[in-house]
Amino acid sequence: MDAVWPALILSLKVAGWATAITLLLGVAVGYLLARARFPGRDLLDTLLTLPMVMPPTVLGYYLLVLLGRQSAFGAWLQDTFGINLIFTWQGAVIAASVVAFPLVFKPARAAFEAVDGQLEQAARVLGVSEAGVFFRVTLPLAWRGIMTGVLLGFARALGEFGATLMVAGSIPGKTQTLSIAVYEAVQAGQDDTANLLVLITSALCITVLLLAGRLAPGRIANR
Amino acid sequence: MQLDLDIHKTLRSGRRAFDLQVSLRSDSQRLVILGPSGAGKSLLLKAIAGLMTPEQGHVRLGGCTLFDSAARINMAPQRRRMAYLFQDYALFPHLNVRQNIAFGLRRGWLNPPRRTDHAAVEHWLDAFELRAVAEQYPAELSGGQRQRTALARALIAEPRALLLDEPFAALDAHLRRHMRAELDTLQRRLQVPMLLISHDPEDAEAFGDQVLYLDNGRLTSAVG
Repeated sequence: MDAVWPALILSLKVAGWATAITLLLGVAVGYLLARARFPGRDLLDTLLTLPMVMPPTVLGYYLLVLLGRQSAFGAWLQDTFGINLIFTWQGAVIAASVVAFPLVFKPARAAFEAVDGQLEQAARVLGVSEAGVFFRVTLPLAWRGIMTGVLLGFARALGEFGATLMVAGSIPGKTQTLSIAVYEAVQAGQDDTANLLVLITSALCITVLLLAGRLAPGRIANR
Repeated sequence: MQLDLDIHKTLRSGRRAFDLQVSLRSDSQRLVILGPSGAGKSLLLKAIAGLMTPEQGHVRLGGCTLFDSAARINMAPQRRRMAYLFQDYALFPHLNVRQNIAFGLRRGWLNPPRRTDHAAVEHWLDAFELRAVAEQYPAELSGGQRQRTALARALIAEPRALLLDEPFAALDAHLRRHMRAELDTLQRRLQVPMLLISHDPEDAEAFGDQVLYLDNGRLTSAVG
């Protein structure tokens, strides 16, 4: 039973960081894909959507190859900053972020595309700067759609298993998240621990989905 | 209003091309441009407001050059100080009436607070009888209230000119008559030059010191 609370706290920490990262990047990329016209836009969208359909173990393998010390990037991180991401909770954050990213940027893109361009033009004519237009008109109108994606991304990050296991391993108290702890508990025949972990995970996911449902577009009162 | 405008713009969509080529000078305080939908009226208005950049030509208003392709001048819409009334008013759905009216008074990255109080906002709330609905959102307003909110929002910054895109098209016949009279009084009181585009000859009758006709991207005739 000792594994339960550290695993819960670690899971929330990893999912929280992954959510913050995907929120920032997802809003930026979603806005770029919604507004900018550039060659390779569809290809970029497809590549970023891949984590949704690829087996998490394959993603984990890609990340291992990219971040491991054998790779140029991994070696550079190690030599320049002394950073090693493999078998750390930060590595788990990166794995969870990659897996959750499509769930965040796709709804963000759709939400930005749904904002009436005429409202942005109206704001420009009223003298508000481009940054002001984004923060005062575009973002508030897209916010609900973005938050729906963010909550789904949080739930996905919380449940991440395959990629996390490949990148961060399963070190109790260090990289062993809820979903990995369940697996370990079942393997070790600790049914009580497994039951408790499963109940906690289920309750968390139900809460997140309820919240996401409340925010779903179509419930917008002010339009 | 001393409008001196000469613009050329080609729009392509698929294999069809639309050519807007308009040249006009006017000293009239109330100019109406009539034309069927698709004639390029909105495009013309957007070129004056800076929301559309012509390929060639110039736009001058009251001695100020807003756009000149030869001199490479293209003033940003933010700096043109135009009051633009969009056809469906383009009120910000997430802001209440008070915040909508105060929108342009506040620069920066934040919207005016819900209970913003600013002398000019109070003035327009009273002038347009919007005080009772000041805390309501655009979706809760009637057509006339929406239009008055949009007008107040556009006029509060003391614009150079008032640009109106089919201002009465969304209203029923009764309200249309009422709002025409209201706009007429308002324009006379404020003495702000206005350019109105419409497909409705009655608008020309009510407001046209000068009436021009636009068809398929060209001015066809002018009646003084």
